[in-house]
Amino acid sequence: MLGSIYAMVAVALTLSIGVLRFLNFSIPGLFMIGGMTAWASLHGGMPWPLAIGAALVAGALASLLVERFTWRWMRNAQHFVPLVSSMAFLLLFEHLAVIYWGSELRTVPSLFPNADWRIAGLVISLPQLSGLVCSIVLIWALTLVLARTRFGRGLRTIAEDSDTALLLGVDINRIVPVVFLISGLFAALAGVIFALNYRQVQPFMGEMVGLKGISAMIVGGMGNIWGSIAGGLIIGLVEVMSIGYFGADFVDIAIYGLLLLILFIRPTGLFAADFAGQRA
Amino acid sequence: MSGYLEGVLVLLAVNVVFAYGGFLPLAAGQLNLGLAGFAAIGAYVSAYLSNVFTLAPVIAIPLAGVAAGIVALIVAVPVLRTRGIYLALATFALGQIVQAIILNLEVVGGAAGYPVAAFIRLPAIAAAAAVVVTLVWLLFATRFGIAVTAVHDDERVADLMGIDVRAFQIAAFSLGSAITGIGGALYAHHFSFIEAQYFNISLSITIVLYVLLGGTQTVIGPLLGAAVFTLLPELLRASANWRYVAFAAALIVIMALRPEGLVTGAQLRRLFGITRAEPRAAAVAAGLPKERAG
Repeated sequence: MLGSIYAMVAVALTLSIGVLRFLNFSIPGLFMIGGMTAWASLHGGMPWPLAIGAALVAGALASLLVERFTWRWMRNAQHFVPLVSSMAFLLLFEHLAVIYWGSELRTVPSLFPNADWRIAGLVISLPQLSGLVCSIVLIWALTLVLARTRFGRGLRTIAEDSDTALLLGVDINRIVPVVFLISGLFAALAGVIFALNYRQVQPFMGEMVGLKGISAMIVGGMGNIWGSIAGGLIIGLVEVMSIGYFGADFVDIAIYGLLLLILFIRPTGLFAADFAGQRA
Repeated sequence: MSGYLEGVLVLLAVNVVFAYGGFLPLAAGQLNLGLAGFAAIGAYVSAYLSNVFTLAPVIAIPLAGVAAGIVALIVAVPVLRTRGIYLALATFALGQIVQAIILNLEVVGGAAGYPVAAFIRLPAIAAAAAVVVTLVWLLFATRFGIAVTAVHDDERVADLMGIDVRAFQIAAFSLGSAITGIGGALYAHHFSFIEAQYFNISLSITIVLYVLLGGTQTVIGPLLGAAVFTLLPELLRASANWRYVAFAAALIVIMALRPEGLVTGAQLRRLFGITRAEPRAAAVAAGLPKERAG
């Protein structure tokens, strides 16, 4: 289950790195905005479909703001300059959330009490299952969009070479915000699913999940959407297994050790594609 | 001198050392996101050597730098086979691993933190920082500096000119990590207590930001960046959270308007009236893509 959240964050990251060659560090912040907004609107008495909608809108708007101030301005600067700005956005979002909502751990009300299915002694919670289904369907839809539509074609042209795409008449300034919009939506939705499942949110919730999403993306191969899903599931599995075998203290060593090992042996990840959507 | 003022000045000196540790790889076009890990290695090695083997700080601190440098070398050699973002990601993973290992290492107190017996004061730390700054400055006046700048501006052309790009990147990265280790050791010996939680990813990011704000083109940039962003928050005396918000907002604006940092080479040359041919400015004026021109 944790794996599918990592996978969604990893898809958000991989979309931006595959198309724009931009490691967007603000995505953990967008994840947090999704989770916190969902909590705040539920807490304020909003019905849950509205609350989820509000969270997605907040994440998308924040992502567009990031686009305005990172990639659009700095696409010709050194490769790490947009990365640094997106880190600044992460800091900005986190500390604004602390100022606005406080830094305590907040409890999200349970939406579906007794929504567990018991099948042959196996307890499946409904929010968890719907989260998993939701993320797989969305990711599948995304690969279809990339492969089939005019927008997807423009996107893949930009992924290949943004200057050539510009010459061929692809409107970069229209398509790139959509990339940010989609990755913002994915990150925010992952945050909402996290909030509804684990029922706890706080302003720094994005960091651990975000860092593991980055690991998932690298394990799966940067720019490869199905790879990042596999990566998310692998990281989730490694996490659960290392808790089981070595105890909770060794989770970070196991995950980041795996990451470092993969970077040494096969730096392009396990399932590398040249750019987003190529094999979709 | 009041204790508060001494604390601020020590932090300033330590941050300056950190900034130069981050500057060296950035000057060669590589981003090190594991700076906090190297600082932690330096801090813990120096603390352990002085606590257990009762080595004087003057010996323990350089040894700590050597240890951090060796770890960096081990990581850099396999990872720098590839280009681009991979070193940043590998160093990021390394930083996380170092922190997780220290948290589980009972010899140095694990999560409870580790007290450091040997104590050093401001003059010693300031002197150490001055030595580091001078050494980096001298280093950049040699062929090393020219080669690293060439690698930063254009790897392919540097390669064609006969510069061993990978060797210089590894050297800059390892040397920078060693300096960061020294910074961590200085921190440990002044504040007498270290804990793994302090050396987290935020520390790495903050150090990188000092350097990028100051600018990676000149040796004076990191000094300025670290000084401004250590002293300014103390002067403003805002609450910690607003401080971060202002820091982040300032960063976004500066990166958008001056992606090469506050101090650039062309600017310094203009300031001191050195009127030789300015290839960079000319190239920009001719409309070449910026990444080629630096």
